[in-house]
This record gives sequence, C-alpha cells and structure tokens, in this order.
Amino acid sequence: MKRYYCFPVLIVLLTSLSAGAQIDSSLLNGMAKTDTTRKKLSMDAIYDRPFLKMGKLPVAIGGYMEANWQYVGTSGISIGNQFQFRRFSLFAASSISNRIKFLSEIEYEDDPAGDPDEATEGGKFEVEYAAIDIELHPLLNLRGGMIVNPIGSFNENHDGPKWEFTDRPIAMTQMLPDTWSNPGFGAYGKEYSGHWMYGYEFYLSGGFNDSIIDNTQGRTFLPATKASTTRFTKSASGEPLYTAKISLGNDRIGELGLSYMGGVYNTWQIEGATVDDKRRVNVFDADFNTILPWTHTNIVTEWAYIAIDIPPNYPQSYGNRQFGGFIDVVQPVISGRMLGWQHATLNLALRGEYVDWNVGNFAATGTPMYNDLWSVMPAVSFRPTPQTVLRLNYRIQNQRDITGSTIGATIGQTRGISFGVSTYF
Amino acid sequence: MSKRYLIISGLFVLTLAITIGSVSSCKKLMPDMIDPNFGVCGPVDDLTNSQTILFSRGNDQFFAIRDAATGLGPYFVSNSCGGCHSSDNRGHPFTILTRFGQTDSTGNKFLGQGGPQLGSSNLPGYTPEQIPAGAASSKFIAPITAGLGFLEAVPDTEIINMARRNANNPDGVRGHPNYSAVPSNIPPLYGSVPRADGKYICRFGRKASTYSLVQQVAAAYNHDMGITSDYMPINPYNYLDQTAPPASSPEVNNDDFNSVVFYVTCLQTPNQRNADDPTVKRGNALFVQIGCETCHKQTLKTGYSPIAALSNQTISPFTDLLVHDMGQALDDGYTEGDAKTSEWRTTPLWGLGLARNVQGGNIYLMHDGRAHSIQEAIKLHGGEAAASSARFSKLSTQEQNAVITFLNSL
Ligand code: HEC
Ligand code: HEC
Repeated sequence: MKRYYCFPVLIVLLTSLSAGAQIDSSLLNGMAKTDTTRKKLSMDAIYDRPFLKMGKLPVAIGGYMEANWQYVGTSGISIGNQFQFRRFSLFAASSISNRIKFLSEIEYEDDPAGDPDEATEGGKFEVEYAAIDIELHPLLNLRGGMIVNPIGSFNENHDGPKWEFTDRPIAMTQMLPDTWSNPGFGAYGKEYSGHWMYGYEFYLSGGFNDSIIDNTQGRTFLPATKASTTRFTKSASGEPLYTAKISLGNDRIGELGLSYMGGVYNTWQIEGATVDDKRRVNVFDADFNTILPWTHTNIVTEWAYIAIDIPPNYPQSYGNRQFGGFIDVVQPVISGRMLGWQHATLNLALRGEYVDWNVGNFAATGTPMYNDLWSVMPAVSFRPTPQTVLRLNYRIQNQRDITGSTIGATIGQTRGISFGVSTYF
Repeated sequence: MSKRYLIISGLFVLTLAITIGSVSSCKKLMPDMIDPNFGVCGPVDDLTNSQTILFSRGNDQFFAIRDAATGLGPYFVSNSCGGCHSSDNRGHPFTILTRFGQTDSTGNKFLGQGGPQLGSSNLPGYTPEQIPAGAASSKFIAPITAGLGFLEAVPDTEIINMARRNANNPDGVRGHPNYSAVPSNIPPLYGSVPRADGKYICRFGRKASTYSLVQQVAAAYNHDMGITSDYMPINPYNYLDQTAPPASSPEVNNDDFNSVVFYVTCLQTPNQRNADDPTVKRGNALFVQIGCETCHKQTLKTGYSPIAALSNQTISPFTDLLVHDMGQALDDGYTEGDAKTSEWRTTPLWGLGLARNVQGGNIYLMHDGRAHSIQEAIKLHGGEAAASSARFSKLSTQEQNAVITFLNSL
C-alpha cells in the first residue's frame, strides 16, 4: 500500500511565496476540482492560511479582518444602520526546526463572549491561539500551549474570509462557544492512503466553569465561560476538559468529523472541602463537508448535541440538553477572469440553521420547552481573489421563547440584511 | 475584460445599492411591529420623551436576567421578572411560586422560617429550602402585568363603593377590600388613607394584599429573585442566619428599581378584539346577565395620577379589586392580609384571549393555573360565584360558546 506522509503544512507554506495558492480554495470557490493540493482536513485549517514571508526569516505572518454594515429588525424593532468592525486577527508562525513549528494568533473580537448583550462593552484583544507542534511521527504530533479545542469543524476553521456569511452560525456561537481555545496539551496525527485521509486529535485542556448555568442569558450557555480570563490560569473544576476528534476524508466524497468534548465544569471543591457534586458537560458533534464534483457545489454542515448535569432545584430555563447546527450550500456561478482578476468567483449561497437551547419537556406541565430558533439566509458573494470576500446576506429568522411565545421585543420574527467584507492579508 | 463580467459586477453593485436603499427607506424587508391586538408589550400612549426613555430602561431591567454575580438568590424562584411575566401576560406554570405560613388576619407565623415565600430554586451548593412542618401553603402563577398603572389609579373610594353595592346581591356576591398593614417606607398612593387600625386598602396580588406597585416590585425582587432593594434590604435567605447584617448596598439600585416600577405602571392595557362581532356582543350581554360582571367589573374609572395618560381614564379590566369567597375547591388554607383562605381577588380578565399565545398554546387559569380552559375556570367558581357559574352551565351550548368567544376577545 502506498503511503503519503504529510509534512507539516507550514513547511510547505514557508517554501512558497505565492500566498494565494495556500488557501484552502475548496472553501472559497469552485476551483477545487483542479486543485490537486487539496489533501486537507478541518484540523489543518489552523495552518492552512495565507502567510507572508519576510525575506529569508523562518517567520511568516498573516491575518484577517472582518467588517460589515447591517440592518436588523426583530418584531418591528430595529436599532437601525449598524457599522461593525467584528474581528481583526494577526497570526505569526515560525518553524523552529524541521519538525517543530509554532503558530500564534492574536484576535480582536467585537463580541468575545458570544453574548450579544456583552457586545455593548466593546471588543477585546485576546490570545486565541499560541501553540507549539512537535512532530515525532506523522501519526504522532505533540501540541501544547493555547490550543483551539477541536470540537466540530467550525471551531477549527472559522476564519472570516473562508465563509460567504457575515454572521457565524448561531449554534456554533451561542450554543457551542466559537473560537473556543484553552491552555492545554495533546496529540494529533494524520494518515493519507490513496484517496482517503484519516486524522485524530486528542487534547486535555482547561475548560468550562459555573457560568454556563449561571449567566445573564438565563439559559445554559457554554459561551458564557469565555468572559472569564482566569480560566487561562486556573481550571474552575480542577479537572481536565477532554476533547477528541476523528476525521475521515475522501477526495471524492468529502470529509466527516466526529468529535467529543467533556468534563466536570463546576467548582465542586474549595480549599480541599467538597462544596458540591461534580457536574459534567458533554458535547457531541458531527461535521461534514464536501464539494459536489459536477456542480462544484460546496456543502458544509455541522450539528452538535450538548448534555449537562444541572443541579437539583435549579430553574428549568437552564436546560440539560441542547441541540443545533447549520448547513451551508455555496454554489459558484461564475469563476475565472472577472474585472481583471484572474481567479474571481461569484457565488450564490444559502445557510439554514436551527438551535434548541431547551430540549425536553417542562416538569410542571409535561409540555415541550421551546426556546429555539430557525433561520434561513440567502447570500451573494463575490471573491476577487480567493482570500477576499464581499458578501451580501439576508436573514430570515424566527425565534420562540421557552413557552413557545413569539410575542416580545427579542423574540418572534427577525429580518436582517448585511453587507460585509472580509479578507486575509 | 469581457462584457459579461462587467454586467455581472454591475448587477451585483446594483442589487447591493437597491437593497441598502430599500431597507433604509421603506423598510419593506423588515418584520412588522407586534400588533397590539395580538400582544401587549408597549407603553401607554402620550408618554413624554423622557418618560419613554425611562420606560425603555424599565423594560430592559424587567427582562434583564440576574445571575449569582448580580445578586440572584441564594434562594429564588426565577431569575428575571420577564422569566415569569413573559410578554407581560399570564405566566406559565414552570415558574409557579409557593407561599406559606398564614391562615388568618393575625398574620404570618412563619416569617422567621422563610415565610411567606418558598425559594423553590437555589444556587448550587445551598441546601434547598423546605416548607416548614405545619405551614399551610398555596401556589400562584404570574398574573398579567399589563394595565396595572390604571388599576393603581382607581381610587379607594371607588373600591369601597363597589363592595357596598353588593350588600343585598341576591346571588350572595359580597366581596370586600383587603385591608393590610403596609411597611412605613412604602410611599402612600394619592388619596389613600388608613383605616382606624392603621391598615390600608391593598389591591395587587392574587389575594390583593399588596398596596402599591412599588411594594409589589420590591417584594418581587426580594422573594422571587433574592434581590435586595432599598425598600426591602434584607435577603430572604438571611432568616437562616438572623445575625447577618443587611446587604451593605441594595442589589438593585434605585434608578433601575424606579424604572421597573415605571415600566409596570405604564404598560398599555390589552385591546379588545372584534368588539363589534355579533357573537362577541351577545356573549358580553350574557356575561352581564348571568352575573359574572358583578365581580368582573367591565368599566372602572381611574382618579388622579401624576402620569397624565393614566389620569381620569375609563378602563375595562373586568375586576372589582375586591376579594371574594370562592368556595371550598379554591380554599388552599393559606391567606394574606385581611382575606380568608377561601377568598381571592377577582382576576382581571383583560388579555385573556391572548394568554394562549404566550402560554405555549395551552392556557393555565386561576391562581395556580389549575384550569386548562375557560370552561374549567368557570366550573371552579364556587362560594359567592356559585350562582353565576351554575347559570353559565344552564346556558345552551351556543350561548356558552358566545360567552367564551366574548372572553377570548378580551
Ligand atoms: C417567580 C415568578 C415571578 C417573578 C420572577 C416575578 N413575578 Fe411578578 N408576580 C408573580 C406572581 C405569582 C404574582 C402574583 C403575586 C401575588 O399574588 O402576590 C406576581 C404579581 C406581580 C404584580 C402584580 C400583578 C397584579 O395583578 O396584582 C406585579 C406588578 C409584578 N408581579 C411585577 C413583577 C416585577 C417587576 C418583577 C421583577 C422584579 C416580578 N414581578 C417578578 C410571579 C413572578
Ligand atoms: C364572586 C365573584 C365572581 C363572579 C360572580 C365570577 N367570578 Fe370569575 N373569578 C373570580 C375570582 C375571585 C377569580 C380568581 C380565582 C382564583 O384565582 O383562583 C376569578 C377567575 C376567573 C377566570 C380566570 C381568569 C384567569 O386569568 O385566571 C375566568 C375566566 C373567570 N373568572 C370568568 C368568570 C365568568 C365567565 C363568570 C360568570 C359565569 C365569573 N367569572 C363570575 C370572581 C368571580
């Protein structure tokens, strides 16, 4: 059996001066079929970005930014025209030796907690990623530092310029935390065999805290933990958060990822004394992406299920099960030379999403708890180059509160239009 | 560059321009305001700009969710006003609350043991609160909060007169105002004077034992959410440790507190829908004829209010703000103020037809939500209401349906 071992992608990146060729063009436009470099899994995304190399230094830098205009109204109430600078991210990578590489990413985010209410407090700069990779064997690489937990493909592959939508998927930002990174260590490996690719990742890291069931969202809200920066030095439960992912890819079929993340989230012990039971959070996630060979249609989807131990005597608004996900369908309609650009693409895209923050029934009545939303978002995007996207989205969303009511200022029908730009640089 | 691409990019820019233009100007792409006919969320008309700002702040605070860091608990029932009063209409049984400890007008004997309200939820790590042995209890679901400013502006004299007019009611309807002691730090209402024993006419709550919206909001923060205010500075949890001093600063500041009071004072009243429909009219006439209106007063007049929009208005709340003996089935053995355990305040019926929309497609009526339809609610009427309830069941199906149609138009 013929085997291809993947060399650390960075080495490839550093030996290439053409940034454009490095981007995972499969996500960007319909050129994948002709792109023979597409031996990648979502786990590669962190290094699979355009970098600039400075002279002969073994250091490369890059970054991306996202900005947009939007006009959103819910139940007839709108705060009008909003101009938003959502994210600015700088990455620097270096190859310390042949098989040791380092990458860091500093990100400014306008809404770091994933909590729309916190956005009023303005954005924050954060170290999103800063980890060293040591290759012992292609099947065994060690990674340590501030790592991105590989829960689902979106968390691993969320750079703005890769998507045709200004907003990140709601389930991946307001149910699962997005850009969810923690201090931690672990291992990963990949193997390629013919048309097949296999990958695994396994990390131990810091994790959640009590805020996931005690927050100003009034519902089980994993992203609430992101507001705490003490989590970078101290684990609230004193127990590791386990994250594991296996990926299976085929050049022609697509890539399937199955991931799990779980651990004790609550502070059950204070100075050695037990003050509470240990309570776990478990997340199960499945993601899939593919490009249909004939139409070059790109399909990306991810669905997650969360199960949480809730203390007894706690309001049911803090649900013990959650479910949600999204599916993006991106259809390149024209690609090639446009307006003088060599590799421009015009895409039509559609995103469907669903989130249910309270799966199950009310104990008091046996009737279903709702607290859910669905959304459909058509989009047009134009990519003058694969690294830059101009996108126009229209959101059609409907949300119900826990009792099923759609009558209120923050629930019911939402319509929103946004125009955004995002680019690597 | 080929012509085709020029056209396409031109189209792209044009679509963009048109959408931005149309969204900013005609707003066709945006959802409509909630029709006041289907929901009750907005303020009364004619607020000044500064009052609108205050109302909006109150709205935010009413729906703001508290966590441990912002004062919630340790014992609480829900974490926001909106958690129980979603959509400002009747609440859902999942946030039902439990009162305990009082059986007659001599007061609550269990205040030192956590009374009058059970903290049915607690922050992790705290021992759950229990109803003390021997304490009578009753469960309440949240009543509609719309239109309360108008009810507060109904003069005491009007309430007393409604009670007097029942003196010889042949159905046996009586009813009386609930007189209750009011803490001295609660500001007096316009025109309200204490009885000889120092007790005041109270009108809010299922037992009408709360004097004013200020007192109601203070109690709601304190008992329902475990949040201290200047009016009620002691956390209900502190009864377990009487030596603990009151919180050094209140967990809800005065500005937020006042904005919430203003919010519940200025919520608009629900509109009646299809008032001119012949069935609705017939149902309304029957409602009066069979004696429902003796308690569920169709027309009340407000007196003076410092908020012009509430002053000297005619309203249709379908309540007399009195407490009535509703018979044994509704006697939970627990009471507040002057009322007997079988006595309840006549529930305002406005907003009744909108309740299903905000209770998840079902409705939960009466003080503890035990009635799952209007018919069931009527059947549960005993005591002073037994005669009218019996008359309702003697109506033809068609007539009964007319009454229900009328009630659903409220
Ligand atoms: C746990 C659920 C719950 C929460 C939380 C809650 N309420 Fe209530 N509310 C009720 C119930 C039940 C009643 C009836 C109380 C009674 O009978 O004494 C009520 C009554 C009221 C009333 C009087 C209504 C009437 O018709 O007399 C007002 C005003 C009110 N609440 C406002 C508030 C405000 C303001 C808050 C937040 C500070 C709040 N409530 C929080 C359940 C709740
Ligand atoms: C003696 C006074 C009285 C009469 C007469 C009366 N009611 Fe009531 N009604 C009440 C009281 C008091 C309550 C609240 C009982 C409770 O909370 O358990 C109530 C509750 C209701 C409710 C439930 C409202 C809610 O939101 O939970 C409905 C519906 C209702 N009445 C309809 C009627 C109809 C129809 C009639 C005539 C057949 C009628 N009532 C006659 C006093 C009266």
